[in-house]
Amino acid sequence: MKVKLRFSRSQLCIPYAAFLILFVIAPLLVIVYYAFTNGQGHFTFDNFINFFSNTNTIGTLLYSMLLAITATLICLIIAYPTAYILARSGFKKQHVLLLLFILPMWINFTLRITALKEVLSVIEGNISLHPFLNSVIGMTYDFLPFMILPLYTSFLKLDKSLLEAASDLGANKFFVFLNVTLPLSVPAIVSGITMVLLPSMTNYVVLDMLYNSTFIMGSLIGSYFSAKDWHNGSMISLILLIIIFIVTIVTNRFSDKDTDARRTVL
Amino acid sequence: MKKAFSCVWLGVVLLLTYIPILIIAVYSFTDASMVGGNIHGFSFENYANLFKNEELRAMIIGTVLLAIGSAFLATVLATLGAIGAHYSKRTPKLLLNTANQIPVVNADVVTGFSVCVLMIILLGIGKDTFVPLVIGHVVLCAPFVYLSIIPKLKQLDNNLYEAALDLGATPAQALFKVILPQLIPGILSGFMLAVTLSLDDYFITTYTKPSTFDTISTYVVNATRGSQTEVKTALWALSTVIFLIVVAVVIVMNVMSVKKSGRKTNEKVA
Repeated sequence: MKVKLRFSRSQLCIPYAAFLILFVIAPLLVIVYYAFTNGQGHFTFDNFINFFSNTNTIGTLLYSMLLAITATLICLIIAYPTAYILARSGFKKQHVLLLLFILPMWINFTLRITALKEVLSVIEGNISLHPFLNSVIGMTYDFLPFMILPLYTSFLKLDKSLLEAASDLGANKFFVFLNVTLPLSVPAIVSGITMVLLPSMTNYVVLDMLYNSTFIMGSLIGSYFSAKDWHNGSMISLILLIIIFIVTIVTNRFSDKDTDARRTVL
Repeated sequence: MKKAFSCVWLGVVLLLTYIPILIIAVYSFTDASMVGGNIHGFSFENYANLFKNEELRAMIIGTVLLAIGSAFLATVLATLGAIGAHYSKRTPKLLLNTANQIPVVNADVVTGFSVCVLMIILLGIGKDTFVPLVIGHVVLCAPFVYLSIIPKLKQLDNNLYEAALDLGATPAQALFKVILPQLIPGILSGFMLAVTLSLDDYFITTYTKPSTFDTISTYVVNATRGSQTEVKTALWALSTVIFLIVVAVVIVMNVMSVKKSGRKTNEKVA
């Protein structure tokens, strides 16, 4: 007897939905559970209090925020003009040029940071003398393509007639940039910032490889993992999740505006 | 004047981007043991080590197999998921899109740690089975495959599917012969993205890998902690090889896309 397979197209998503529930949502619930229990499985706020009553961990939180914000700003300062020039200067073979800028993204980041470390050691002699500077350079080097890419796409989509209208109405070039180009690129700036900010708060390997022994939020998880302290590690993960959640909520407001605008245009 | 500034700016950024990679590439062909150290002569020793050293070879093959395997799994799951979600009602679609977004915005450290706590600590699945490692990598890759297929689904002409059914195709035939072929560009670019994500990953790998297994990332990080010069300089060679492969792939894909768009305009003219 031949069994005839009957399915509707929407049922095709069942395996993926099950996968997401099992391996994305369930792990997060487990993290929340572990964050509020101790080794004996009893409910406790100790891990939470451990984090917020300890000057070391609070210092780690502040240090990683400072590092991430600095690296993000420098990425933005470098990426904004780069993307603008790439998209609007009318170079021939524009997209080949863009590829040159984002190509390093596909080389393993640990190998790239190794190369950077070699160069920095030649320039600085002993690189452990400038831990903060080197970490900012490392993060910028690692994440710059992620800032260039969204900005480039947004400048490419920019409606030229808006710029012409502004200059026809008497705005000089600087005013056109300030009042038309810049506001229109805000969603891209925001998405670039989220691509750089969160990884630079957590990517502790970059710091390790550049001999910066100061902890950032990611290093805390790494050290709790080595110490097999799942409960405190889960608490740090939970705190990071909350930070990520807040950033996502804030940035979604900008990107929603963007899609709404697109919908009305269509 | 303005053009000159533009060129100088781009040139400086490019220079800063490529100086470390190129310096390493140059040094990988010499017998120097550190950058800035004495160069006595030209040598292929580092490249030979890359293939002779058992440990290095196993690590490279393992990394590539893991990347291709988990990218394949991720592509199958996410393609079916995206097709299903596209034809689902509003609420399940929204739920799936939201769940899919979690690993995208989440920090890799948190993703890796949470998968480790669930699978290894709570469920007690051994790291040596490679199951947590592969699942961790699929969690990392699949959402990006999903995101690269969704736009292609939105461009689909729904009438084609209906037409196939009217002409006597079963839903499965219509799916495989009408819908899937149109999604292939999205599926392929999703697969490529998945491979690169898996190759680049460090955090999920460290938290879920068997202790005897290393990918390029974990191996490099351990090597920088140690002081084996031979391994260090062999990694320069590895970095150069990867750089050349990436350049080659980019060139090939560019030539292919130029040819394709050329053919398209020809067809239009004809």
